[in-house]
Amino acid sequence: MATAELVLGLLHRGPAHGYDVKRGHDAWFPDSRPLAFGQVYTTLSRLERDGLVEVVERGSEGGPERTVYGLTDKGRAHLADWLSEPIQPALGAVDEMVRKVVATIHTGEDATAFLARQRSSHLRRIRELRAASADADDDTPARLVRDFVAVHLDADLRWLDGAMDRITELKETRR
Amino acid sequence: MTDLALELLRVEYAYRRDVALRGVSLKVEPGEVVAITGPSGCGKSTLLHCAAGILRPQAGTVQLVGQNLADLSEANRTRLRRTQAGVVLQFGQLVPDLTLIDNVALPLLLEGHDRQRARRAATEWLDRVGVGDDASAVPGELSGGQNQRAAVARALVTGPAIVFADEPTGSLDSLAGEQMMELLLASVRTGGAALVLVTHDNMIAAYADREVRLRDGVVQHEVALS
Repeated sequence: MATAELVLGLLHRGPAHGYDVKRGHDAWFPDSRPLAFGQVYTTLSRLERDGLVEVVERGSEGGPERTVYGLTDKGRAHLADWLSEPIQPALGAVDEMVRKVVATIHTGEDATAFLARQRSSHLRRIRELRAASADADDDTPARLVRDFVAVHLDADLRWLDGAMDRITELKETRR
Repeated sequence: MTDLALELLRVEYAYRRDVALRGVSLKVEPGEVVAITGPSGCGKSTLLHCAAGILRPQAGTVQLVGQNLADLSEANRTRLRRTQAGVVLQFGQLVPDLTLIDNVALPLLLEGHDRQRARRAATEWLDRVGVGDDASAVPGELSGGQNQRAAVARALVTGPAIVFADEPTGSLDSLAGEQMMELLLASVRTGGAALVLVTHDNMIAAYADREVRLRDGVVQHEVALS
């Protein structure tokens, strides 16, 4: 799970409190499971402990206490690193790829560069899986697992290609 | 210094008013496997046809094994293409009236080799690609996969420096396609040839050492995969 990095991404436009972070997340991923409040606050506390976010305002204005968090320089750098690094293509790792692409678009980073890096990372992984199958001297269940992963990586690649087309077209129409 | 197998510099090509290539440059090292990918209509097949000397670009240069195609006479260009470049297309494109052995021997006969020697070399290649038993059949009597194997043999029989393949697995199902690719790769490696492969299939692109992705007639990105 990359909730911590997503929370950093949601703070990229400026300081916000936990409720705004949760609402921002649910707007970025409208068809996914909403982010639980408890998880938002736990994540913000952990990020504060690690020096990636800081409290910029603490007030209650007559109601419940509302703490406003902002990104630190360290947090900004951590976010930029996360957004530029392709995921390690593996079984069950795909959700993070989608999160990164969405966060990349929202934070104004170069989404096409990320998609290209992710594409080559996926192609390399297919090569490795194929080489591993070629080295194996029998048709073991391990090969079935590798085939399963390769076929899913192929599906991811088709999604990446479609995303690249949509983002490129969007850039061209805005030009 | 060894010559590059292929070098394209700022190649442009347009079909009437449709611009297919807008200044594409590409280098292919000897023995290297390069996949040209991209969405339909991005110019990948046009690029392959320009590189193989089938189409003549309107601007830019194409050098095959160090020789600029534009500097050669028609006869020398044809000769260079026939001896240094093999071509495999989606549907094999064998001569329908000739047997497999005659199809594969044809490039050698056109180069003036004697018939017996040409047929011997063709037989060796047909055996190597697994259709030696079908040497006396004509393409219409065989499956798409068998014909495609013969097309690989025909592309490699002259010992070319580079093989151009345009969707070579496009007419085959996925398992047959992968077997075909394994065969094509093993064959180019046997002959030490480079391979430039146009494909829309990511599983096939993953066989390459390098991917060059086109979009709207320009190189969108280029990455090493090996």
